[in-house]
Amino acid sequence: MINMFEVNETNKMITQENLDVRTITMGISLLDCISDDLEQLNQNIYDKILRLAHDLVPTGEAIEREYGIPIVNKRISVTPVALVGGNACKTPEDFVTIAKTLDKAAHEVGVNFIGGYSALVSKGMTKNDENLIRSIPEALAVTERICSSVNVGSTKCGINMDAVRLMGDIVKETAERTKDRDSLGCAKLVVLCNAPDDNPFMAGAFHGVTEADAIINVGVSGPGVVKQALSEVRGKNFEILCETIKKTAFKVTRVGQLVAQEASRRLGIPFGIIDLSLAPTPAVGDSVAEILCEIGVEYPGAPGTTAALALLNDQVKKGGVMASSYVGGLSGAFIPVSEDQGMIDAVTAGALTIEKLEAMTCVCSVGLDMIAVPGDTSAASIAGVIADEMAIGMINQKTTAVRLIPVVGKKVGDNVEFGGLLGYAPVMPVNRFKCENFVDRGGRIPAPIHSFKN
Amino acid sequence: MKKTIITVVGKDTVGIIAKVCTYLAENNVNILDISQTIVQGFFNMMMVTDANNSQKSIAELAEGLEKLGASIGVSIRCQHEDIFNKMHRI
Repeated sequence: MINMFEVNETNKMITQENLDVRTITMGISLLDCISDDLEQLNQNIYDKILRLAHDLVPTGEAIEREYGIPIVNKRISVTPVALVGGNACKTPEDFVTIAKTLDKAAHEVGVNFIGGYSALVSKGMTKNDENLIRSIPEALAVTERICSSVNVGSTKCGINMDAVRLMGDIVKETAERTKDRDSLGCAKLVVLCNAPDDNPFMAGAFHGVTEADAIINVGVSGPGVVKQALSEVRGKNFEILCETIKKTAFKVTRVGQLVAQEASRRLGIPFGIIDLSLAPTPAVGDSVAEILCEIGVEYPGAPGTTAALALLNDQVKKGGVMASSYVGGLSGAFIPVSEDQGMIDAVTAGALTIEKLEAMTCVCSVGLDMIAVPGDTSAASIAGVIADEMAIGMINQKTTAVRLIPVVGKKVGDNVEFGGLLGYAPVMPVNRFKCENFVDRGGRIPAPIHSFKN
Repeated sequence: MKKTIITVVGKDTVGIIAKVCTYLAENNVNILDISQTIVQGFFNMMMVTDANNSQKSIAELAEGLEKLGASIGVSIRCQHEDIFNKMHRI
């Protein structure tokens, strides 16, 4: 039987080390909502979300109370809207009506974000995809809870550089449209390469077309728990270090597995995957940067940081896969800047630059995340940064993402406050040399040689 | 049978066990096992209980015990045993 030591260990993780289940995300397919009548389409979408998700928040809260584990967010992801809206939406403005419908449904069922205002254009864009992408700035400006993502590349297809160039403009325009809120719209817009179909984390969550009608995906977290465990093996060799991370990741993931199974059973919706990510928040002690420091670098960004992050990411996966039969999503360590107090401190101290972050994204689970850059950064430069990051994903067969926030009216050294889970961020410099002649070429970058495995 | 684990942690004082047990008896919760220590004046107790015959759900019991704990200056948690089983047993 369970003993007092084990019970206390679990409760200490929850009460002192910020162990939580970061999100229960219900994926909902909207493919059966398709109609050629815009009004009908919106009604179908609203009805379906309410029918499937009306119990999501109360169920999450009940599990939270029964097991004594915080479940921070309850969210929804839907089929990429570009695929759903195409029949009815002839203009970007038509797509915005769907964004408003999704926002209304999110408010009604009480979820704090709804993801899937998305287009998948890794090889080419249809007219519908382009209309959706062009509607993103308006959609993010007039809604509160919508998250948008665009997949512009993959290892199998290469990189759609027309879409990359367009996203440079869209990111700028989104910043401009939400400038009264420190360009907050860009915090809800992510550009991806190799986007997973079952990611429960925002802003990149959508319900892929390979998925069932509805599914429950769960994202676990717990950087504070890993940090605490590592503080007990300070100075020990890499074998012990890795073993400690693995064991901790196992324990954390088991809690996620329990919550996912319970949520799935109670809601009568199949369980999809556990995303075993270390997702930081601005709270002290809930930081991936602090783990890197505990591993042995003075600040993230110091020499050795990429290696430390690589081993962290790998050990988290190794511990996690033992704990759940179905792992998926992004699974690994997130390195957002604004959402992690340790990263913010590293930037402020001058230890961490965008270039070093780019190197770190080669070995972490996502990419350049929640980075505030000067408002006068050109659309071409943003497209160039996106292209670099997409290339890393394409060549390394991993998911990469870019969530840059060119904050209108702010320059290097200023601070930007987003509030809540999104935190605050010091504005970081972007390389000032030009790349127009590169990003303006048009067309696409072919898939790499190692994609031809057939 | 699902079991419920109750933990009480805080500064030692007169009547902690009495008050917790009274609350459990009133709510028809059967105590299966108790382990308790006091380290440097710090009270630490774990109870394994059977709450299947209680008219209250685990969530309601947890809420009631939390309030009781606040009134005597200790922290009381009441959780389904599976969170511990999952984490510590393969």
